[in-house]
Amino acid sequence: MKSKLCILFFGTTLFFGSCNKASKAIDKTEFQCPMKCEGDKVYAEKGVCPVCKMDLQLKSKPSKTVAIDFISDESIFNLTSKWNTEEGKIITLKELKGKTLVVVMIYTTCKAACPRLAADMRNIEAKIPTDYKNEVNYILVSIDPKTDTPEKLKKFAIENYMDDNQWTFLQGTEIGVREFANVLAVKYKEISPLDFSHSNIISVFDPLGELVHQQEGLGVDNNETIKKIIETVNN
Amino acid sequence: MKTILRLVIFTIFAYATAINCQSKMVKIKGKAYIPLYGRDSMKVSINDFFMDVYPVTNKEFLAFVKKYPKWQKSNAIKLFVDESYLRDWKSDTLLNSNQKLNSPITNISWFAAKSYCECLGKRLPTVDEWEYVAMADEKMADARIQKNYNAFILSWYEKPKSFNQTIGSTFKNYWNVYDLHGLVWEWTSDFNSVLISGESRKDVDTDNNLFCGSAAINATDLMNYAAFMRYAIRGSLKAKYTMKNLGFRCVKDDKTN
Repeated sequence: MKSKLCILFFGTTLFFGSCNKASKAIDKTEFQCPMKCEGDKVYAEKGVCPVCKMDLQLKSKPSKTVAIDFISDESIFNLTSKWNTEEGKIITLKELKGKTLVVVMIYTTCKAACPRLAADMRNIEAKIPTDYKNEVNYILVSIDPKTDTPEKLKKFAIENYMDDNQWTFLQGTEIGVREFANVLAVKYKEISPLDFSHSNIISVFDPLGELVHQQEGLGVDNNETIKKIIETVNN
Repeated sequence: MKTILRLVIFTIFAYATAINCQSKMVKIKGKAYIPLYGRDSMKVSINDFFMDVYPVTNKEFLAFVKKYPKWQKSNAIKLFVDESYLRDWKSDTLLNSNQKLNSPITNISWFAAKSYCECLGKRLPTVDEWEYVAMADEKMADARIQKNYNAFILSWYEKPKSFNQTIGSTFKNYWNVYDLHGLVWEWTSDFNSVLISGESRKDVDTDNNLFCGSAAINATDLMNYAAFMRYAIRGSLKAKYTMKNLGFRCVKDDKTN
């Protein structure tokens, strides 16, 4: 009996072991017949299909910016608040779906931490490979919606070289901003008009709006964040 | 005959007030005051508003989830509530046998509390508003200087399982508001403005990097231990957290101003 169990155990481990190997192979570049003559069979190198003689093609990955209707329980796209962008558009967060999101909360009249936070965001953006540019959206949410009008945000964007398409600035309502901060676990308090205390957190969300990573603090090592962004885009 | 009629009317009236009393609100006359946290003894000014006399009860929240099934415990989404949301309830629309209808509702998240108030055309109080009303004892609007008042509040913090009591079981304060101390902790709309990370391992000097301008925040009233504890609790909360001794009540702006 014991030996049988042992064999069973050994067999199972072997099975899982081989499973892992198979999944590793898929990570590499793969070529496939466009007609799928041999089903899902893939080749490691370029060549022709032995059946139909057509050139093998790079196995296409599904497009990531494809619209997906399903939103999970933990997605920030469950929030229904409305936001103004720096371009004067009115959006809900759901409209940001489909790209990896890098989010930070700032206010434009801030003299101390926000310029550094903005710089942290620019540094992250600069380190993301150009191939990934269209897959990542950088969102800056104002915690001072009274002062930070779309015009102010646009001006801030231009002054800080954050005016390209991948940058989005958001002005919400006071309640909407509180709620959003609560989802990010960002804390903030107005200490006088135009001056706030706030936590310095950069958050990464996957294309379905689920939180995957948070970087806390100013001017910290952003390697982990960049790794997470690339991982998220690749998923 | 007349007396009987009077008696009947009186009974009906008394009954009606008893039913309504749960969501009854009273007017709070606003004023500028110095809360526990503020820069250089900065005053905050409170506008007039209305506050629920009692915390929201199990019965009221039960009616709410029946009307809005998305807040029932099996439907509420993970972004808005943690695992212990309404944990003691028997089912989505049934309380447990040991839960009283007129005990304060607890194990609810900030999102759930906020939604409840909004559905009634109300809102959660701000920290400053809540603290303003809560500094009153039976006779004075600001009883913070009274030694025995702070002692009373602190003695509650030591009492176990006060959430099992019913609403109205503590004292009525200067504003005719009950149960601000002695029953449950209460959610506030901007609890996330308290800049303490709440985790002892994190509350060290290096954490200054996490907050911009946090050095500007001081305690103006170091004697007020009870308020310190409330701020500490708020600082440690996240909006989806639910706790056995954390409930809420709603407020409403005074539109006549």
